[in-house]
Amino acid sequence: MNQANPFALLTNGSALPWSDVPEWPLADFLRHVSAALQRGERLSSFFGVPEDHAARLVAVVALDAGNTLAVARTQPFSGSFPALTPSHPQAHLFEREIWEQHGLVPEPHPWLKPVRKDHGAGPAVGGFFRVEGPEVHEVAVGPVHAGIIEPGHFRFQCAGEEVLHLEIALGYQHRGIEEALAGGPHRRTVYQMETVAGDTTIAHATAYASALEALAGTEAPLRAQWLRAIALELERLANHTGDLGALAGDVAFLPTASACGKIRGDFLNLTALLCGNRFGRGLVRPGGCRHQVEAERLGRLRERLETALAEVQQAALWLWDAASVRARFERTGPVDPNQAAEIGLVGPAARACGLLRDVRFDHPAGWFRFAQVPVSVWPDGDVFARARVRWLEIQRSGEFLREQLEAAPEGGMLSDLGSLAPDTLAVALVEGWRGEVCHVALTGANGRLRRYKITDPSFHNWTGLALALRGQAISDFPLCNKSFNLSYCGFDL
Amino acid sequence: MFVHDTLLTRLKRGCETMSWPAGPAPALPDRHGGALRVESKNCQAGCAACLEVCPTEAITRLPDQPVALDLGRCLFCAECVKVCPSGTISQTGDHRLAVRDREDLRLGRPGREELRLAAALDEKLRRLFGRSLKLRQVSAGGCNACEADTNVLATIGWDLGRFGIQFVASPRHADGLLITGPVSKNMELALRKTYAAVPEPKIVIAVGTCAISGAPFAGSPEVLNGASSVVPVDLHIPGCPPHPLSILDGLLRLLGRLEEPGR
Repeated sequence: MNQANPFALLTNGSALPWSDVPEWPLADFLRHVSAALQRGERLSSFFGVPEDHAARLVAVVALDAGNTLAVARTQPFSGSFPALTPSHPQAHLFEREIWEQHGLVPEPHPWLKPVRKDHGAGPAVGGFFRVEGPEVHEVAVGPVHAGIIEPGHFRFQCAGEEVLHLEIALGYQHRGIEEALAGGPHRRTVYQMETVAGDTTIAHATAYASALEALAGTEAPLRAQWLRAIALELERLANHTGDLGALAGDVAFLPTASACGKIRGDFLNLTALLCGNRFGRGLVRPGGCRHQVEAERLGRLRERLETALAEVQQAALWLWDAASVRARFERTGPVDPNQAAEIGLVGPAARACGLLRDVRFDHPAGWFRFAQVPVSVWPDGDVFARARVRWLEIQRSGEFLREQLEAAPEGGMLSDLGSLAPDTLAVALVEGWRGEVCHVALTGANGRLRRYKITDPSFHNWTGLALALRGQAISDFPLCNKSFNLSYCGFDL
Repeated sequence: MFVHDTLLTRLKRGCETMSWPAGPAPALPDRHGGALRVESKNCQAGCAACLEVCPTEAITRLPDQPVALDLGRCLFCAECVKVCPSGTISQTGDHRLAVRDREDLRLGRPGREELRLAAALDEKLRRLFGRSLKLRQVSAGGCNACEADTNVLATIGWDLGRFGIQFVASPRHADGLLITGPVSKNMELALRKTYAAVPEPKIVIAVGTCAISGAPFAGSPEVLNGASSVVPVDLHIPGCPPHPLSILDGLLRLLGRLEEPGR
């Protein structure tokens, strides 16, 4: 094996034979992964693949500057392995997950506890990090929250109003999606992919479709790739608009809150114009897209998009104009840029710390190979920055759609997927509205899925919310939480 | 500056709340399709086209019988409509999907070509809840789509508050639960406790196909196949997710607040 290149390199949305993924003894593998992370590369996914009574570790490292992905694996082993977490905190949840899923013990891991599994009475029953002291008290919130929100448990260690530490316990939404994929794809698999995180239907379905297309050696028709990009940006517009409204609502700034609540629905209705479903269910399929877009429909889409963009512009202007909003957003919930890089933040939360990372730009695939969206960054890492990045992205997505709706390629929408290559690994990344969606698919000798690993951006980012709360007033938790607006089910799978 | 701007824009825009149910219902997206209809007398013997494409086994067919479609397992993907050679299964474009009895979602038998719409609560409960219904929402494995399209009812376009319906922060303040998701095992206890914390009399509404049957996660060892496995359900609204109009229609139907006759 070539010692100079410890990883196999591939581009987003491509596949390679499993035997071409360099196989290392455990110590060498960890040394190589560690060295890459030390150079500032990013852990996109890190997981186990069961093999007889043991398992292998597989790492997908994103070389953002080189626009490539690096993959390596270990020989099968059981028992324990030297943890990466102490030197590379971004491996923290991945290593807990590996322990939970395969029984491989990362040692020494500073906080080894389950990621999703029940302890008999819900994931929140178990040990939490505690701060001791005469003035210190503990606040437990959830799993059932006050609004219409998914369940999760938050455990705060507070001194008076100030949060010293927040620990987040999830797993309540666990539906067993990865387990259900073994031996697939099954008839219902694509429907499960569309509901990995239901507000990110297009991004997850596109990642799944791209992974399968790479395995089958099929390319979706260009027009379908174009439509996926259109739908992806509509998904971003709807969610970012909703988030700006929710942030405004949390600082009692009602004009923007009520306007954005409605405009978010207008964007969802644009997705429904394409496929009938406000969340894009039934649009993306392996091999292409399931619906054609006629010229007349495209005209309606363009027209309604302009109206919605003009309205969100107005609603956002009120928000940025208001000193009371600035006063509440600025310096609330800051994440230090160095810490953001260390814990591997992705998406708007990372870009709000000045980190230039965006799959559409770093790892362009599908239609984004031809049409670029500028990366929106803001330096401060606080609630203001996270809101601001969303607004910048609303504008960029709007511009992108304006241009691309005029540039539709002709052709069909769906090509036949064909059968999946046996013993092959494929990686697909998509920049969902929360950040990087990563799907890794591995087929067995029979050409069926042997292991399927999903990494939702929330898997990287929940730690960011916990850090943002340190030193903040506990009353600012809702505001900080909305500024991240992470997925529970996308994390829990 | 923004105060002036805001007021002016608000004045110009006028009231943005839809006139329904007094006026016409907003149109569903043309590709939505609405509720499904099963005309079993058209069903051809020996044909299994729909059974082969249905992702959730919502369609069944006993030997020598026409097909039966369970909307409680249906994701409304309409693959069956596409492949049906005889027009047995068709889309009606109707947004009304709410039923009281789980059985009323099973279509196919004579007289059951379409679902039987929900009847209102009995007189006693209507007197209690008809003009003020406070609900506690519990997501139990929901993907955040049913949650989002329930949440949207509180926005200015739908303005749920005008019917006296409101989502409250505590089950102690609630008259009932609105449940979404297939009910993950990890949420079972929290759901039971939340239900127990709602004072009697109370109602339960299952929103979305997941909450009715668990589909597309039905059969996963990590889910309990819907809300009725844990609590009694009074209203079922299928969909993936149901359109906000379908959800609101269900709520108003339950409270007897819709003038039009049921089916």
